[in-house]
Amino acid sequence: MEVSTNSEIEERVPRRRTWRDVDLRAVAPFAALVLLLIVGALVNPNFIGLTNLANVATRSAFIAIIAVGATFVISSGDLDLSVGSMVAFVASLMILFMNSGAIADPSLMLVAAMVLAVVIGSACGLANGLITTVGRIEPFIATLGTMGIYRGLTTWLSQGGAITLNSPELQSLYRPAYFGTVLGVPVPILVILLVTAIAAFVLYRTRYGRHVVAVGSSREVARYSGIAVDRVRTIAFVIQGLCVAVAVLLYVPRLGSTSATTGILWELQAITAVVVGGTALKGGAGRVWGTICGAFILELVGNIMLLSNFISEYLIGAIQGSIIIVAMLVQRSLTRKS
Amino acid sequence: MVKPEDGARVPVLKAERISKTFGEVQVLFSVELDVLPGEVHALVGENGAGKSTFIKILSGFEVPTSGRILLDGEPVSLPANSAAEALGIVMIHQEFNLAEHLTVTESLFLGREICRFGVLDRRAMRAETRRVLDMLGSRVDENALISSLAVADKQMVEIAKAISREARVIFMDEPTAVLSREETDVLFDQVRKLKAKGTSFVFVSHKLDEVMEISDRVTVLRDGQWIKTAPTSLLDGEAIAQLMVGRELSSLYPSKHEPNVDEEIVLSVRGLSTGYVRDVSFDLRKGEVLGFSGLIGSGRTELMEAIAGLRSRTTGDVEIRGRALPVHDFREATARGLAYMTKDRKGRGLLLDEGMTSNLTLQSIGQHVRHGYLDPSSEAKAMARAKRRFDIRVRDDRVRVGRMSGGNQQKLLLAKIMETEPQIIIIDEPTRGIDVGTKQQIYHFIAALAREGRSIIVVSSELPEVIGLCTRVAVMREGHLVGMLEGEEISEQMIMRYAAGLRRQTAV
Repeated sequence: MEVSTNSEIEERVPRRRTWRDVDLRAVAPFAALVLLLIVGALVNPNFIGLTNLANVATRSAFIAIIAVGATFVISSGDLDLSVGSMVAFVASLMILFMNSGAIADPSLMLVAAMVLAVVIGSACGLANGLITTVGRIEPFIATLGTMGIYRGLTTWLSQGGAITLNSPELQSLYRPAYFGTVLGVPVPILVILLVTAIAAFVLYRTRYGRHVVAVGSSREVARYSGIAVDRVRTIAFVIQGLCVAVAVLLYVPRLGSTSATTGILWELQAITAVVVGGTALKGGAGRVWGTICGAFILELVGNIMLLSNFISEYLIGAIQGSIIIVAMLVQRSLTRKS
Repeated sequence: MVKPEDGARVPVLKAERISKTFGEVQVLFSVELDVLPGEVHALVGENGAGKSTFIKILSGFEVPTSGRILLDGEPVSLPANSAAEALGIVMIHQEFNLAEHLTVTESLFLGREICRFGVLDRRAMRAETRRVLDMLGSRVDENALISSLAVADKQMVEIAKAISREARVIFMDEPTAVLSREETDVLFDQVRKLKAKGTSFVFVSHKLDEVMEISDRVTVLRDGQWIKTAPTSLLDGEAIAQLMVGRELSSLYPSKHEPNVDEEIVLSVRGLSTGYVRDVSFDLRKGEVLGFSGLIGSGRTELMEAIAGLRSRTTGDVEIRGRALPVHDFREATARGLAYMTKDRKGRGLLLDEGMTSNLTLQSIGQHVRHGYLDPSSEAKAMARAKRRFDIRVRDDRVRVGRMSGGNQQKLLLAKIMETEPQIIIIDEPTRGIDVGTKQQIYHFIAALAREGRSIIVVSSELPEVIGLCTRVAVMREGHLVGMLEGEEISEQMIMRYAAGLRRQTAV
């Protein structure tokens, strides 16, 4: 082989990192978060208090965890619209199982119910993945279909009403999963950090993560590199289902009840969090920590609106809708520059 | 009017001392060019010599940092973007600017539709389109959808569009890169016809034989500098190539090493059919460089993809060292030491938005997994090794692959394939769209790999390449393997005879 001998001892000139090296797209969501914190502090001094911020972070848990899953799906070039319905469906089945009294021992029952939720969530994700890949249906359409199916099944299970956890014993046993704290930190915040850390490790430091990015950047290049494209995509949907299940594990102890309207429009919020976080909607670069940042931003905006008196909180949906459009515009203008 | 006397003709377009700087990088240094009426002017240079930037400046897509452009002897500042078309300066891009869902007529009149009382006058537009197409001798249907046209016909529509806008100078960036030889001939006929009517062409190409064939004058750029402008008749391909690289190209092709006849057969293909590839059989020996020649569309890529397991095969067996390879199992083929390097490096070979390292290790990522997670330092070592081994030159290691020159991309793609440590390497079009200097390097890499005992199949539409590199050449025609040439038989005439169907071996 031709080996150029003169470059054996390659000079390692340590390039000075300048501000131009910073990837604007990675930094933008965090800059926006800081900006929001400042705005919030100006609007209402109570806002910047630790209690309020911890509250906001806790409330963002559902969307944040679901959005971590969505980061995988979107990075691999797909989309999952069914997550909101999936939350309602999985939560309903979990509560129905706990109400069935199949297992007498409450702790054992709770563990079994949690395992069941994880299994159902993964199965729902697997269904989405297989319909998209084996069925060769656009993910937008495939998950629009399952979105209707999961929602419809929930409505049928609840007969249009609510499904409520009956046993007070189970309720009090399960309550700390959402309301409890460890060393003063609310459990949901710890769950967010744990889920995100695992997700970041999988996406950035494993073979599978590299494959997700490759599949999302170019299916053809991935195929010609010997990557099992359909398997990578399907697993991304399963990860999404798993994340939905984890969100349900936090959701059920909070209210102890679900209905046909549980999780409505959560898919919009999850996708918004992902896009605000800097992940490209066309696939490729995935940013897990950015996604978490995006979820906080959404919740903070709501919180600021609540604390301030000049915008009605009924406009939250409209504001969140605007945020996704603005985020896309910002993303595009940053792409052009770099 | 100026009399058309020699030496007294006023250039239609003249560029004086054009310089261009992007950020801190200067890419053009006082480049000069003049285009005479009715002239085909070839612009050649290695990748990165500044050709593309230069013609973008001349057609108004970029603004020069300094220097001026004269139209008919008068200084002009070209309006931004395609507005220069109004002045008769039209650029035909490598990737066509045609909307797939429009008809030919609609494409031709896009943005300047003929209207009567505010309603589209379809009949008038169709008639005008037909007139222009007839003038070009093209039989393209004016009502056909662009998406239904062959690549050559799309090119023709682009040219028709240029003419219908009364273009005086037409810039063509590698117009023949995607055309077969027949299609190229048709295109060149049209160019000659238009030239006779006074239209001028500036023609960027890497194919020096075509430059020799079609152009009246040649301008050579190297590293952003103007090197020479001369009548084509005073030059030959070798001389132009030397001007482009600035050094002797005495050994464009390395010396051939023919393997012994009793050397082990590493790859054996028997009766393979897929798509319209029919009943192909051949053997490949250890250390051999086997060429696959034939016209575009003769089924070579389909055959190779079926061998590599990227597509299914309907019949036939593939054996690696005597062991059968399962159908349509690319990863098994990779594991058994067979690699396929695609000809479509941008669409199928490399992730253009990613950096070099993640591209390099994409196919062999398993080697960099330690205890279940990726080891970045191991990947960085592989990258440093590949850069040395394949002489990949970049200013910044973190550059996006899409920003690298074609030659560096091709070297990176080869490096990526070699990371899987293959013993059998199928290289589809090893030097498509890359400059002479890099071509020479890639040829030497291929020869060196063969000397190491690896076996290589080179699929190429460039005859000199197949002839210069390979010890045996297989010729395909319409899905069949029609000839296997060895030793003295390997010549352009012989290969063309088989490829065109004038000759055929009954038993190959």
